[in-house]
Amino acid sequence: MANKAFAWLDERLGLTTIYNVVLDRKVPKVNWWFTLGSASAILFLLQGVTGMFLAVYYVPSPQSAYDSIQFIMNGVAFGWLIRGIHHWGASLMVIVVFLHMLRTFYYGAYKYPREFTWLTGVVLLLCTLGMGFTGYLLPWNQRAYWATTVGTELPGTVPLIGPFITNVLRGGAELSAVTLTRFFAVHIWFLPAVIGALIGVHIYMVVKLGISSVPDRED
Amino acid sequence: MTKSPHLSRNNFVKGVVGILGTLMGVIVGLPAIGYLLSPALKIQTSESWIPLGPLDNYPVGEPTPFSFTRTKINGWEKATNSYGVYVLRKTETDTTVFSNICTHLSCRVSWHDDIVQYVCPCHDGHWNKDGAIVSGPQPRPLDTFENKVEDGNLFIHFVEG
Ligand code: HEM
Ligand code: FES
Repeated sequence: MANKAFAWLDERLGLTTIYNVVLDRKVPKVNWWFTLGSASAILFLLQGVTGMFLAVYYVPSPQSAYDSIQFIMNGVAFGWLIRGIHHWGASLMVIVVFLHMLRTFYYGAYKYPREFTWLTGVVLLLCTLGMGFTGYLLPWNQRAYWATTVGTELPGTVPLIGPFITNVLRGGAELSAVTLTRFFAVHIWFLPAVIGALIGVHIYMVVKLGISSVPDRED
Repeated sequence: MTKSPHLSRNNFVKGVVGILGTLMGVIVGLPAIGYLLSPALKIQTSESWIPLGPLDNYPVGEPTPFSFTRTKINGWEKATNSYGVYVLRKTETDTTVFSNICTHLSCRVSWHDDIVQYVCPCHDGHWNKDGAIVSGPQPRPLDTFENKVEDGNLFIHFVEG
């Protein structure tokens, strides 16, 4: 029965083909460094899921942001766990994505025909850092407030358009409710959408091209 | 699948991934369910006697509205909820206090002097002066509060949660 149901679905969806092409594809003999890309993807999913759960109670307003997080930590069952995973996962993801970039760099995996994979990877790294930057403000505590004050002041040193960039990031001359909501929107909608789409392209490239092997003396 | 007495490396890895994956899913998944349900599991009931002022403020035979507020902490926010009741003194000594919460789906009913009925605006429920159903989808007469009079002051027994 289950077999028949599966065969019915498989015939229409091509599940076996997807499995064979994506998971059972041929790979050269590689090492553990080659798992960092998958680890990045899993961390992104983990951040996405825990983030959805945090959004159940978090409120992006200066009045309530801090209190709503206190409520998550002390008032809701396992709130500390969900927030803890999201908090530590954020740092871990930056580290893992960065190591993944180093591995593709040191193994020369960015060379023809994988330049485009590298290119999407660069944007993925920048977006991951952007997630860290925008997420850091959301607790709206002293550390968040001053870190973002500094972080949005930095681009102000750019010649001519610097102050304008600062004002755009802040949504005004200083940090305010407007800053908090735009950081929130970028953190939960804009960047995840871009990252999700780019991971799709990135992994499509990996599957289509196959991964590079560990370079030997001749390479 | 070949009938080898040994587990192939491939199947071993699949098995381990399956088991570890399920384990991690359960370890994170169960707390996640608790996280979502927790506010519903923490509802506390509270009760108190609310003073509605001197009984003499309420004319006999005429439904008279009274409203009061209660503050309550919901999650991270202190909320002030207002409640409304209708006091009906049937005689000098026999008083009934109706809740204005519709017994259908909880909209607020109001007294209409012109037709001598309580009316709910949401699905057109009607009740007569004694709170009995006249027409509409509501399953019950209007709810009432237990009340008492002390030193000439009227109190209702208010239970929340
Ligand atoms: C959200 C971040 C990222 C995710 C989820 C991700 C995911 C992956 C995955 C699953 C692979 C398969 C091979 C492996 O794991 O080593 C891969 C390969 C690759 N990634 Fe990433 N990646 C990310 C960021 C980056 C960055 C920052 C760079 C470089 C700037 C990069 C460049 C590459 C390249 C060049 C390959 C091809 C490697 C090969 O064919 O051997 N990726 N990526
Ligand atoms: S809620 Fe009052 S009639 Fe439906």
